[in-house]
Amino acid sequence: MAPKLPIYFDNAATTRCDPRVVEAMLPYFSEKYGNSASRNHSFGWEAEDAVELAREQAAALIGANPKEVIFTSGSTESNNLAIKGAANMYAKAPAGQTGRGHVITATHEHKAVLDPCKRLQREGFDVTFLEPGADGIITAEMVAGAMRPDTILVTLMWANNELGTINEIPQIGALCHQRDVVLHTDATQWVGKMPTDVERDCIDLMSWSGHKMYGPKGVGALYVRRRKPRVRLEAILDGGGHERGMRSGTMNVTGIVGFGKACELCRQEMEHERERLLKLRRKLEAGLTSRIEVCQVNGHADKRLPNIANVSFGFVEGESLMMGVKDLACSSGSACTSASLEPSYVLKALGVGDELAHSSLRLSLGRWSTEEEVDFAIEAIVKAVEHLRTMSPLWDLHKEGIDVSKIQWQAH
Amino acid sequence: MAYSDKVVDHYQHPRNVGSFGTSSEVATRADVGVGIVGAPECGDVMQLQIKVNEHGVIEDAKFKCFGCGSAIASSSLATEWLKGRSLDDAMSIKNTQIVEELSLPPVKIHCSVLAEDSIRAAIADYRKKNGLAAESAAPAAAH
Repeated sequence: MAPKLPIYFDNAATTRCDPRVVEAMLPYFSEKYGNSASRNHSFGWEAEDAVELAREQAAALIGANPKEVIFTSGSTESNNLAIKGAANMYAKAPAGQTGRGHVITATHEHKAVLDPCKRLQREGFDVTFLEPGADGIITAEMVAGAMRPDTILVTLMWANNELGTINEIPQIGALCHQRDVVLHTDATQWVGKMPTDVERDCIDLMSWSGHKMYGPKGVGALYVRRRKPRVRLEAILDGGGHERGMRSGTMNVTGIVGFGKACELCRQEMEHERERLLKLRRKLEAGLTSRIEVCQVNGHADKRLPNIANVSFGFVEGESLMMGVKDLACSSGSACTSASLEPSYVLKALGVGDELAHSSLRLSLGRWSTEEEVDFAIEAIVKAVEHLRTMSPLWDLHKEGIDVSKIQWQAH
Repeated sequence: MAYSDKVVDHYQHPRNVGSFGTSSEVATRADVGVGIVGAPECGDVMQLQIKVNEHGVIEDAKFKCFGCGSAIASSSLATEWLKGRSLDDAMSIKNTQIVEELSLPPVKIHCSVLAEDSIRAAIADYRKKNGLAAESAAPAAAH
């Protein structure tokens, strides 16, 4: 059966909000519209009950106590609160001085982690940016090697957004607990897709987002450990003292209700969904690599999320490839559209050559992806790569046996 | 950002894709000028080849391009415009004309610049092979 077009293979960017989530949210727009902080009437109580139910649903997904869940506007805010909040709380010297403490992160983190870390650097903290191996993974050994007596915070993503590669977070968590260092993980791509237990996995702070797991946009959460050890944060948003003073601002009750429902659905359906997506992803990768020459899947072969495939096609450029598969919504490793002309810094961090980093597609599957869609995607990509290679001067050079990476190009 | 209809048309039906031989063959052909500009790490490599007759007129032109849709369209368009022109006349093609014809947005202007550079490089290569003066009073490109 031919799939309905266009096909959405960009679920790592955002997901469709599950209709069951939308249904749960609807009453909270114009029937149950109270402010959860209104303590003196039924409208407020009703809203508060809804928020607390969502907190329980979110906590259940990650093995936390509901009191350890702080609602935010999404992962960017959660990351900022965790990184800046923890660094400032555990700083070894007051603001305005240098030598305030050491923070460990990695070069292929999301910008919502890198940029807060760079701000910390400007504000007197030392930051180590670990380089992943060619498989894209940060190991506990790498983190141990970077630890210093003044290390106060480690912030590493659980799974990478471009590659789907999985860092050794539980092992890194155990290491951090041994050394009394706070571990924050940006688990935006991970939570809801993979089993998570903040106790077993030794997590202190964890960010995740509603819209990456079939919930609404504009709502996310930060897990903040309350015991063994109790993690404290300096707030960024000051005001009415909501969320135990860590995040002031009227609660986004409707969004939070949707977020909670999305967490519940993920918890119920994760196991089945994981297997189904893994099968589809493997079919997609095998279909492409078996039919296209000079084609590679980036990142570790197995230690990857079930839904993200990052594939490079030698000697064709990513943006033109996307233009050739216009019925397939996906994303390109090339940042050409942003006019920066820089290939993906994530692929570069893995040591993927420039010409391959420019020629990659990230295909991310989701709850509604089907086998027919995968078949269609393979055909469309094979056809587009062939079309572009008939035009590619680099492909000709490769076919003549010339190593393109050895040529002295005149960059302009 | 949506592409203009003309860019899409050139992408889907590129004009004059090809070359007049392998890289080593064209290097020895005096009637062919080759321009290769850009670099893989920048995400664009444009190769333009012109075949020039004894009257100094561009008889045929071929391109190959590794780059985004706008880069492909710019080089495809360049080959259309080059055919039948004298070398001096070809030197007068400006990137701004390509921008206008293809309705390129500001972030894609570099594609048109690359096309203009490849024209100039191909002509320079032809002139060098044939011991001709570099340029006959054509003004330098303004990027």
